[in-house]
Amino acid sequence: MAQVTLRKVVKAYDGGVQAVKGIDLDIADHEFVVLVGPSGCGKSTTLRMIAGLEEISDGEIAIGGRVVNDVPPRDRDIAMVFQNYALYPHMTVFDNMAFGLMLRKFDKAEIKRRVDNAARILEIGPLLERKPKALSGGQRQRVAMGRAIVRDPKVFLFDEPLSNLDAKLRVQMRTEIKKVHQTVRTTTIYVTHDQVEAMTLADRVVVMNGGIIEQVGPPQELYHNPKTRFVAGFIGSPAMNFIPGRLENGAGALRIHLPGDIVLPVPAERTDRYKALAGREILFGIRPEHLTEAKNLDRPHVAPMTATPEVTEPMGMETLVHFKIQGAEICGRVDPGASAHPGRPLPMAVDMSNMHILDPQSGRVL
Amino acid sequence: MSQGTLSSPVAPAVVSPQSTLRRLARRNSTVAFLLTLPLILLVLGLVVYPFFYALYLATLNKRMTRFIGWDNFTFLFGRQTFWDVVFQSVLFAVSAVVLKALIGFILAHVLHALPAKGQRKWRGMLLVPWVIPPAISTLAWWWLFDPSYSAFNWALMGIGVDPVPWLGTSGWARFSVILVNVWYGSPFFMIMYLAALKSVPDQLYEAAAIDGATGWQKLRFVTFPMMRNIISITVLFSLIVTFANFDIVRILTNGGPLDSTHVFATYAFQVGIQSGDIPLGATISLFMFPLLAVFAIFILRGVNRRNKEMA
Ligand SMILES: Nc1ncnc2c1ncn2[C@@H]1O[C@H](COP(=O)(O)OP(=O)(O)OP(=O)(O)O)[C@@H](O)[C@H]1O
Ligand SMILES: [Mg+2]
Repeated sequence: MAQVTLRKVVKAYDGGVQAVKGIDLDIADHEFVVLVGPSGCGKSTTLRMIAGLEEISDGEIAIGGRVVNDVPPRDRDIAMVFQNYALYPHMTVFDNMAFGLMLRKFDKAEIKRRVDNAARILEIGPLLERKPKALSGGQRQRVAMGRAIVRDPKVFLFDEPLSNLDAKLRVQMRTEIKKVHQTVRTTTIYVTHDQVEAMTLADRVVVMNGGIIEQVGPPQELYHNPKTRFVAGFIGSPAMNFIPGRLENGAGALRIHLPGDIVLPVPAERTDRYKALAGREILFGIRPEHLTEAKNLDRPHVAPMTATPEVTEPMGMETLVHFKIQGAEICGRVDPGASAHPGRPLPMAVDMSNMHILDPQSGRVL
Repeated sequence: MSQGTLSSPVAPAVVSPQSTLRRLARRNSTVAFLLTLPLILLVLGLVVYPFFYALYLATLNKRMTRFIGWDNFTFLFGRQTFWDVVFQSVLFAVSAVVLKALIGFILAHVLHALPAKGQRKWRGMLLVPWVIPPAISTLAWWWLFDPSYSAFNWALMGIGVDPVPWLGTSGWARFSVILVNVWYGSPFFMIMYLAALKSVPDQLYEAAAIDGATGWQKLRFVTFPMMRNIISITVLFSLIVTFANFDIVRILTNGGPLDSTHVFATYAFQVGIQSGDIPLGATISLFMFPLLAVFAIFILRGVNRRNKEMA
């Protein structure tokens, strides 16, 4: 077990493409960190540099305090689970898991003990004599994890381990991975492009975009206090709404003036934070879950608003309503009981205590 | 192909002969059979017919006038030369195939490790021995081995080593025919192994690297097992071809000195065509069949088993 440190790590591929543009990251012992971001943002590259499968162009990576820039993967004491599992097709499940231990010259009894233990944790005991071909996707996934667990390495690395599974199995294996981590407590770095996986698994989430880190923090913090428009839009589903507007100072209280003459009062406790921005064009950010049917209107931070949905999507436990404010696509989440119908005006409520104000130019959350 | 009945409609209650015919025509297996029929006929004509004809010939006397049963076989069993040919054929085929496989494996690895740009050029050059008709390239070798004008002996003398009777003594002659066969056949192994190497997913090597494998261990525990089927099949194929080799031995040594380099094909040719005892020649060539069948059964059984186990 160990901490992992990245210092100004750069990866430039031949032809000058910079996939990773100098990232800094400190991962504590026992921590479960998830790298998340859109396709091509450099998550896999970062993970593979930590694994030693990809050379580091510049900067420094340390595992357990030792700089590993020039250490080959086999001496880094890490284990990795690949997206398509990369099980050895000619070996049985047992041999697949035992391979790393065999190469490290563990004695037979110890290998058997460890493999059996991992098989018990992952509930693959009856499969040990099979070849990977005779396993389902979920079982292969477990074997790949077993191969990592038996090694008892310093760090686990996962590269989109669930993306080849169907939706139901994915949820199940997600829980499984979390359970395994709670049992073995090995430092884990997990790559995914699925923000739900990131939110549910991570102690801390690292949001990457275009080769840089946008923000690092616990899931709740990223959700409630995103620092940039990218993070605000990436975390949470459906994504946060962004509506261009103007911040106005009216009679001592700040107000947000949106197109269509919608005026929303800024909660009093935020006055100091936004005072200096009065009169400026801003981007108003609000999550769909804070844009609901008219309820709680008696509370101080909830403001009324009327919208005419263009499309409604009943999801069962809630209904998504889509409408437009002067061209901006807006999504709200209302109770299925609130009679939301396309084309019919719907009284709604905006929970202003969860609003965000962003700089329309820089995209920073103010 | 055999379960190609998917498109056939449910059979009507009353089946007229015509509709039976039509249904038969619609089955994929029928169509497949018809399409392969020309090839099947060709194989029958070129393989099965000569095989049975050889069986028939082997039971005749030298002038092909009388049925003599097993006499040709018992006659061969009593001849030392025949056993020498059996020994030399096995020695020639096995050592040549092992060397070809080994050299092909090494060449394939070297090529695979080259950057993509240089690879094509080298691949093309290394294939040259295989694409030259062996009758022609063997003539060139024969020249190189020639006792008086031998380029090899000339080079050896240059460094102060005694000239070698390349084709003159049994030992060297055996070495020479194997050498030429290896030179000619290695590129085939190389190209097959190169294709196999390229089909091993990179991720397996990455997984092995993380599991702690050195380069050598990756070769032994990943590459080699992943290539075993290709290795088996190429070895079998090459064994058959090498066992039945004719041109190299015929041109280089013509079986000499003292019949020590004869293989089945050249010996059968000498006895059957040159000495005019066609039934005895046919009998000799028939011996290749059981030997190769044994090899084939063992190798193909392993291939089948691994195919079932692996994806
Ligand atoms: N071998 C390579 N040569 C050149 N560019 C590469 C190479 N591998 C990756 N890249 C580029 O580096 C960038 C980051 O790739 P990376 O695989 O890390 O993305 P990712 O975040 O894992 O995306 P995904 O979610 O699709 O897996 C991409 O723009 C990609 O095109
Ligand atoms: Mg990736």
